[in-house]
Amino acid sequence: MHINDAIQFAFHALQGYRSRTYLMLLAMAIGVASVVLLTSLGEGARLYVTQQFSSLGTNLLIVLPGRSETTGGMPPVMGETPRDLTLQDVQALQRSRYVKQLAPIVVGAAPVSYQQLEREVMIMGSTASLFSVRQLILSRGQFLPEQEITRAAPVCVLGYTLNKELFGSLSSLGKWVRVSEYRCRVIGVLEEEGVSLGMDMGEVLIMPAASAQALFNINSVFRVLVETRSQDEMEKARQDVIEIISARHDGEDDITVLSQDALLSTFDRILTALTYSLGGIAAISLLVAGIMIMNVMLVAAAQRTAEIGLLKALGAPRKQIIILFLTESACLSLLGAMLGLIFGLVGNWVLQGYFPDFPFQAPDWALWAAVGVALSTGIIFGLLPARHAANLDPVLALSGR
Amino acid sequence: MIKLEHVARTFKVGGELVHGLDDVSLDIKAGDYISIMGPSGSGKSTLLNAIGLLDKLDEGRYLLDGSDVTELSELEQARVRREKIGFVFQTFHLIPRLTAAENVALPLTLAGVDHDEREQRVNEALESLSLSNRGHHRPDQLSGGQRQRVAIARAVVTKPVVLLADEPTGNLDHASGIEVINILEDLNQRGITLLLVTHDIELGERAHRIIHMMDGKVLS
Ligand SMILES: Nc1ncnc2c1ncn2[C@@H]1O[C@H](COP(=O)(O)OP(=O)(O)OP(=O)(O)O)[C@@H](O)[C@H]1O
Ligand SMILES: [Mg+2]
Repeated sequence: MHINDAIQFAFHALQGYRSRTYLMLLAMAIGVASVVLLTSLGEGARLYVTQQFSSLGTNLLIVLPGRSETTGGMPPVMGETPRDLTLQDVQALQRSRYVKQLAPIVVGAAPVSYQQLEREVMIMGSTASLFSVRQLILSRGQFLPEQEITRAAPVCVLGYTLNKELFGSLSSLGKWVRVSEYRCRVIGVLEEEGVSLGMDMGEVLIMPAASAQALFNINSVFRVLVETRSQDEMEKARQDVIEIISARHDGEDDITVLSQDALLSTFDRILTALTYSLGGIAAISLLVAGIMIMNVMLVAAAQRTAEIGLLKALGAPRKQIIILFLTESACLSLLGAMLGLIFGLVGNWVLQGYFPDFPFQAPDWALWAAVGVALSTGIIFGLLPARHAANLDPVLALSGR
Repeated sequence: MIKLEHVARTFKVGGELVHGLDDVSLDIKAGDYISIMGPSGSGKSTLLNAIGLLDKLDEGRYLLDGSDVTELSELEQARVRREKIGFVFQTFHLIPRLTAAENVALPLTLAGVDHDEREQRVNEALESLSLSNRGHHRPDQLSGGQRQRVAIARAVVTKPVVLLADEPTGNLDHASGIEVINILEDLNQRGITLLLVTHDIELGERAHRIIHMMDGKVLS
């Protein structure tokens, strides 16, 4: 028997039992569509995070006080109190030949007021280089002035939202705002920007690092963002940073240097695993669809007993009957898979319309895997009914006994 | 051409043994026209199924065209059915979702005959049974007599040597029954060996030879 004849025979049979066929197709399609949608969600999350990280700037090292045992992990929560990182340490780092530029970061919260309006605001102390290290954009005015890291100055740059809240539609440039018991002059306003790495740059007030330290009465910095000269020198830069600091800290290796790559690959691993497990969960619905196909094909074999007897009388051996039934379940599952792909891709497209920032995109492997799993469940679960049909006694089948 | 030697087929029903065929020996020549008669349960269908290789034998030997087909494998038996045997059933056994032409083509399709040759042979078969204009109709659009003619076309499209008809007129009115018998006799005239099971004495007596059965035994 030619394969296209077998397929045609299968299609005739599927058309002969229409409502059942549609239900099966739907079950299979839902299974495949859920694989597509769920893996798109996982893959989208991965792409989203990757994008967020690259907006942070490339060749970036993050230096934080405290030693962590495993590189790329989180700084220790407990144990010996690490020595603080100071602005003098930052100055020393600046002299490393691998460092292109760096920005210390001092953070804290303080009330900020202009006339009667007051807000509790996140204060970020840094230097002029933060502007290019974090790839910030100004909507008005200028950023912090280029000056010695250790020098304070009564100036500040406001986040977009904060500026709106304090000044409304009035111009804020040149105005003096009160930060706790200090005063500073607004010299710039940031462009509207989303949340970057969990820090909402719209709500922040940026001032020179030394001013912030005075404000919070501390000598330490929260962390230092270091931009290296090139991607290849990241590791050397890392070593150099550790050496410079430990030389200054009596030979104690008491800082943690995270690279953006390390963070990124950690997230990448986590989110890829998430995508796989979402795909796996969705694949269970494919399995359910497979079991439904088995059930339907068993019913089909029972309903078409006389037909199977006839095929045997016309000279079809067992093998051929198995092939005919398998073709039928394979067509069913393949068609269902195609339908599911269409559902899934349309679903992605619709979701993309609602969430334009989040990249909904099913990974290629998921598309292949979904169709492959659908087809193989169709065949595997079709095998039992096919064998059942092939083993029918033709005499009994034909006599309807 | 068909030779049965001391053939037996026994069924177990509950704890009891029922003799479907009991020490049956038969010799049927090529081109014979034989009717098989007897009361219900006498083993007529069992005999036909045995000759058609649809059922296995418990004892005895079956020679078809001079070769022993008793011990053939499942695959080889299917091949013999496909090449040498045509079946006509009381209930037609047409596949309802296929057209008349597709039903007739089915044995050729299963045998892997090319589309073109298939079409030609199906058309010939339909034409010889005056069904040329019915090829595209589905079984439920045909009368009983027409359905049985489609079934006969399907049985002969592979050019078998023997035609096994188990009460082919059982579901037909008298006139259609006569018409079907005429067709079968016509096929026999053109050389096919015809074995006909019937309850109708008038029809049965038209055969060249009548086999009477009783309790699984051949009486004459
Ligand atoms: N598969 C089977 N299992 C059990 N008993 C069977 C089976 N097939 C046939 N028999 C028995 O064998 C005997 C012969 O049956 P068969 O069908 O050959 O009769 P028949 O002459 O064709 O009768 P009818 O005229 O009613 O069609 C009967 O007693 C029947 O009950
Ligand atoms: Mg019978």
